Amino acid sequence: MQASTETVFLYPPTPLSARCYSHAKVETDEEFDARWVTYFSKPDIDAWELKKGMNTLIGYDLVPEPKILDSALRACRRLNDLASAIRILEAVKDKSGPHKDIYPYLIQELQPTLTELGISTPEDLGMDIL
Amino acid sequence: MLATRAISLVGKRAISTSICVRGGHGVAKVDDYALPAYFDRRENPLPDVQFVTELSAEQKSLKEKEKGSWATLSNEEKIALYRISFKQSFAEMNEGTKEWKSVIAGMFFFIGMTGLVVLWQRKFVYGPVPPTFESEWKEKEVQRMLDMRINPVEGFSAKWDYENKEWKK
Repeated sequence: MQASTETVFLYPPTPLSARCYSHAKVETDEEFDARWVTYFSKPDIDAWELKKGMNTLIGYDLVPEPKILDSALRACRRLNDLASAIRILEAVKDKSGPHKDIYPYLIQELQPTLTELGISTPEDLGMDIL
Repeated sequence: MLATRAISLVGKRAISTSICVRGGHGVAKVDDYALPAYFDRRENPLPDVQFVTELSAEQKSLKEKEKGSWATLSNEEKIALYRISFKQSFAEMNEGTKEWKSVIAGMFFFIGMTGLVVLWQRKFVYGPVPPTFESEWKEKEVQRMLDMRINPVEGFSAKWDYENKEWKK
């Protein structure tokens, strides 16, 4: 009685191209950015939507692109909410964490918008120090 | 439905004193704790409500001015607007406490207390150590071990110079 030397496959070996990963389409960075710019660009955005959008965006593991922030700041302008605009700038600086070069870049990119809308940065107001 | 629409238009915490009429049956008072609360958190930069709910006349006029161009606002006015909406800035909310000093102080204190307890125990609780710890005994013990050639290859007796009767240098 010889033991069988054939190996029996319960499932046939899967070629690399047919792995059992999720088939969901991954959103590209551009699509993500565009989606959020559109969200904040809504002309009649209300205060709740602004808060919800910002809080959700800050919850993600990323620092938002300047164009998203530009859209959000303009939404603040439509809502006559300067405090939220300054808060958004504080929040993205905090979000950058140890990467100290992100915030200056964002301010540099947003400077035209900040000047146009008359938004002061937390640094201008001395709010970044205790 | 109409009542909730009316409340959303009011916007501020003044709704704590208003009442919801549901289906004409009766009134349901909205308690304070059931309303959205203000809190400063890094992960929630824009809280559900403003910090200051009842505005003074000065603050109200500032809010009116906010509807115009922000470039005309002075820095103090901008800071005042910020403080109406928010309690602490990010810098203030992220500020550390000095609690660690209390923690270290507490640690040293309790280690010190334990040290005192140990010393007291040595004096008042434990009896004398066995005679085998006396230096005279130990000398005889070491001599006996050398005579027995304990670990003569690499260990104990290997370190003893039997010719010169001293430890090897």
